[in-house]
Amino acid sequence: MKTDIAIRVENLGKRYRIGQCERHDTLRDAITDKIKAPFCRIKDCLSSNEGNHDQSYIWALKDVSFEIQQGEVVGVIGRNGSGKSTLLKILSRITIPTEGTAEIHGRIGSLLEVGTGFHPELTGRENIFLSGSILGMKKYEIEDKFDDIVKFSEIETFLDTAVKRYSSGMYVRLAFAVAAHLDPEILLVDEVLAVGDAAFQKKCMGKISDISEKGRTVIFVSHNMNAVHELCQRAILLDKGRKRVEGSALEVINVYLSKDNSRSSVDLDKIPHKGKQKYAFLRKLTLLNGDHRPTTVFVMKKAFIAQIELECIQHMRDAEIGLTISSRYGTAIHYLTSTWEGLRGDLEPGRYNFEVRVPEILLFPGKYQVDLWALREGEDSDDIIYEVTYFDVVKGDVTGFPTTIDKYALSGCEVYTSSSWRIIEQKAQ
Amino acid sequence: MKNRMNLSTNRRSDMGEEIPIIVIKPMSGWAPIDLKELWAYRELLQTFIMRDINVRYKQTALGAAWAVIQPFFMMVVFTLFFGKLAKIPSEGIPYPIFSYAALLPWTLFAEGLSRSTNSVVGNANIMTKVYFPRLLLPISGVVSPLVDFAIAFVILLGMMLYFGFYPTENIIWLPAFILLALASSLGAGLWLSALNVQYRDFQYTVPFLIQIWLFASPVVYPSSLLPEPYRMIYGLNPMAGVIEGFRWTLLGTSPPGSLIVVSVVVILAILVSGAFYFRRMEKTFADVV
Repeated sequence: MKTDIAIRVENLGKRYRIGQCERHDTLRDAITDKIKAPFCRIKDCLSSNEGNHDQSYIWALKDVSFEIQQGEVVGVIGRNGSGKSTLLKILSRITIPTEGTAEIHGRIGSLLEVGTGFHPELTGRENIFLSGSILGMKKYEIEDKFDDIVKFSEIETFLDTAVKRYSSGMYVRLAFAVAAHLDPEILLVDEVLAVGDAAFQKKCMGKISDISEKGRTVIFVSHNMNAVHELCQRAILLDKGRKRVEGSALEVINVYLSKDNSRSSVDLDKIPHKGKQKYAFLRKLTLLNGDHRPTTVFVMKKAFIAQIELECIQHMRDAEIGLTISSRYGTAIHYLTSTWEGLRGDLEPGRYNFEVRVPEILLFPGKYQVDLWALREGEDSDDIIYEVTYFDVVKGDVTGFPTTIDKYALSGCEVYTSSSWRIIEQKAQ
Repeated sequence: MKNRMNLSTNRRSDMGEEIPIIVIKPMSGWAPIDLKELWAYRELLQTFIMRDINVRYKQTALGAAWAVIQPFFMMVVFTLFFGKLAKIPSEGIPYPIFSYAALLPWTLFAEGLSRSTNSVVGNANIMTKVYFPRLLLPISGVVSPLVDFAIAFVILLGMMLYFGFYPTENIIWLPAFILLALASSLGAGLWLSALNVQYRDFQYTVPFLIQIWLFASPVVYPSSLLPEPYRMIYGLNPMAGVIEGFRWTLLGTSPPGSLIVVSVVVILAILVSGAFYFRRMEKTFADVV
């Protein structure tokens, strides 16, 4: 029997108990729970109220079904907390579903971060073997591809240096080089392209399309609509744990972008964060206009103000707070970065409210998204949230002259820069 | 959460290639231990063990000498205080070699126990990003101290020559006692590593537990100090049988006898129950850790 199915998912669901992810459970809690449990059970029996009982659970994923053929590249998109990461975690067997089944035909490899398994004390050479083997490569495979990996990473001279002495750029290059040489039949990729510079991201994208050209199946989760559009034939849109639309990538992206997600003030406690949050936890974002009024609509060449509430968890050396303004397709346009503008120093534990002000916002009319991050300068993001909110830019008086900027914006231009014009030569006929 | 993943790995011939089919679905209850899968992942186990060994003495000035320094100075201290001052009997054997021969299996056990207890929590970053049989982590925690053991063992051989002990045919049992030490430490490590994921209390309990356990084991004294009916009960401490057996194979002290029988039964019970408990808890590791 010949089959071309790579992944078949049926009614997949994952339920989390609220608070299950909280760290540092103590034995004391468990013991008090156990003591309370019989009483709770009696209470449940008496009230026999199922709905009441369900309130302490959330479904991160519910009734999701789809099929993916071999060789397809499928994008999974959706807002924060829509269940994208949960889906990837179930498919890569890191966590188990609460209900439903998933059938996977073939060797599966997951790329949920850059540098899985890297150990800072070990050398580049040792880490290639360590990370490769954790990601599922056999030793002979790594040996075969070793030279390619080193070449791809461009770190030949530092091969026998401990990875902790690498610059973050070198680290990412080596880590991705290992991951890129992973060659399973099915590859799951999550947001790894969000790191590194533009050139590096391009290299990563190229590698992923190479993999798909070899007839491999790829599931690609991203906030970057351009990347999804470029790489994927099909896409699936998740919304609050359920599948909302499935279809051609363009179709699904349009459904996703047509939703109005703009909010002037966002409580960040309720949306998922990426990063380790060892030092900082982003609490709240508020967008304001030049009069300090909360808004989601900004006028070209007028002020854009953002207030960022941050909790510093432990002494944070060289703290850097940043805000990314990206196009609705997820391409970064502006990085507003505290340290670049001279606000630098260490943070002590406590709550802080930062304000960043752009005196004149020079974006073309359209919809833009905001990402937030906090890190120790030179290190990876300690706390990072993608797509915190959206805002619109409308046409304003930019030049002091009448313009057709709004018409040009439709053709995809995003940033305005001023220019001066004069005639320097004129020949009469 | 009472669900777990059921994996049935079928093999089907398709276009001449073998394509494994993995079915992911929820199931409740106890999971069997998938030895076939563990075997398939043996290379990764080797990688984890090598990593633990490589990392151990990175950026230390004395390096692998630490493997000797620790048991050696313990022996010196024990000899001074327990041997000379307290005059604890040592079955007619010079006290230094009496305690050092016990410290070797003890250190192997204690190191393995503390490393395997922290193995799951310590590798949380890997565990939440990629799948592999979680059992590999405590196993590598238990196996990697064997290198330290081997280095410290060379010193023991030197001491045996110095004090004039020559191994008898009993020495063929030595590997069995090393295996028993590993099995005790893995058994306890499986329980504690799984519990440590849920309750970090165990992180603080283990160093304390190891200290108490040291004095509850016949390291500084011989188990012959106990009268016969109590010796059987003493065997409930699995390390009692292992340490006495160790001395017997190398130094020719009195054979462990009934002690070892009780210890082996206890070790097997802890190991099997620990493996099943670990398997039962591992499906929630990534969600809880």
